[in-house]
Amino acid sequence: MPRISAPILLALAFFVATATLLPLAVGASSARLSAVAPGSAWLALALASLLSLERLFERDFEDGALDMLALGPVPLEMVAFAKGLAQWLANGAPLALAAPLVAVALGAELRLVPLIFISALIGGLGLAFTGGIGAALSLGSKRGGVLIAVLVLPLFAPPVIFGAGAIEAFAGGLDWHPALGLLSAYGLAAAALGPFAMAAACRNALS
Amino acid sequence: MFQALANPQRFMDFSRWAAPLVGIKAVILIAIGLWLTFTAPEDYQQGDTVRMMFIHVPAAYMAMFCYACLGGASFMGLVFRHSLADAAGRACAPLGAGFTFLALITGSLWGRPMWGTWWVWDARMTSVLVLFLLYIGYMALQAAIDDEVKAARAASILALVGLINLPIIKFSVDWWNTLHQPASVFRAGGPTMPAAYLWPLAFMALGYMALFGSLWMVRVRSEVWRKRANGLALQAAG
Repeated sequence: MPRISAPILLALAFFVATATLLPLAVGASSARLSAVAPGSAWLALALASLLSLERLFERDFEDGALDMLALGPVPLEMVAFAKGLAQWLANGAPLALAAPLVAVALGAELRLVPLIFISALIGGLGLAFTGGIGAALSLGSKRGGVLIAVLVLPLFAPPVIFGAGAIEAFAGGLDWHPALGLLSAYGLAAAALGPFAMAAACRNALS
Repeated sequence: MFQALANPQRFMDFSRWAAPLVGIKAVILIAIGLWLTFTAPEDYQQGDTVRMMFIHVPAAYMAMFCYACLGGASFMGLVFRHSLADAAGRACAPLGAGFTFLALITGSLWGRPMWGTWWVWDARMTSVLVLFLLYIGYMALQAAIDDEVKAARAASILALVGLINLPIIKFSVDWWNTLHQPASVFRAGGPTMPAAYLWPLAFMALGYMALFGSLWMVRVRSEVWRKRANGLALQAAG
């Protein structure tokens, strides 16, 4: 029996629990639910991807590993890039697998499933790297978790708009390629630029 | 000019008389602007509520202008590691948040008689709300880190990240929905607004700008004093 302490299991549980509250809050009538299902799945995804951010740098910062990494031969920007990538693969990818499940449970049509998965996977890249900036900035602060959420959630606006927008366009029979393209562009730009901000924030916290 | 004023002592000498002078200018400009606001003819569609515009639109300009100032100060602070730039950033954020809040509140009050609702999730209102949240994040981060220098640098990094993100957020929100009326002052082919409305708007905008400049200098001055007082307290404690 595996222990339920792995961060991703917690994030998945949080994802499902948030989605469970939705029908309880807006009513269980399937017409109302299915209209908001893809968007709600994206909202829950953005919230769930916040969860493990606190551990992204905090532990290494506390036990001195981050000092070692900063002194090592690899530039801190590359370390930050690897951490963001790991966050995406270990947290974003499983959440992306769960996203279609949650959306369908809420009443999304089955034909949306591939696009929900793909948009969640690509969007996860942007969420991981944008979130990583918040995680690095809040190093050494008094209240990490809530602070990260306040710093990062406004920056999550573009991926949420493009991600949910692609699904909505597809559901409405419109062209969904632009939204998915913009979502990919945001993710790649975050992956390219985010590590510089993360590394600067880590150096500042270590100094 | 930045080179000369980057020296804290020179800044203190300069702002000692510049801050009140610009403040007086702000009072005069806003007084003229208000007088023009209340003597402007009623709009044929909006009636008296058109006067809200002269309070609301300059506040929205300033909300963005302050963030640009915040970004500039943060850049200077990060690149040149100058303590006065850190103080300028710290002093700027609450002013910017104040103007943004004013823009949101007056927009909401104006929306009630005009659109029949306090709030619509249209592109501009949403992106101004996100801007407000960015200011809040900046101030929260600054408050959460005890070491003042580290707090200033972390907040500066966040301000620059926000500065890069602002156009993206603006674009994405525009893309998401446009319900608000399109820009009517700064556009190709000259303003579409009659002169009777353009003048009060111009005076109010300049007045807000002067008010911000004056309050900013006052706040930076108090930051410098606070740091000096801290230094003296440390010295006295031995």
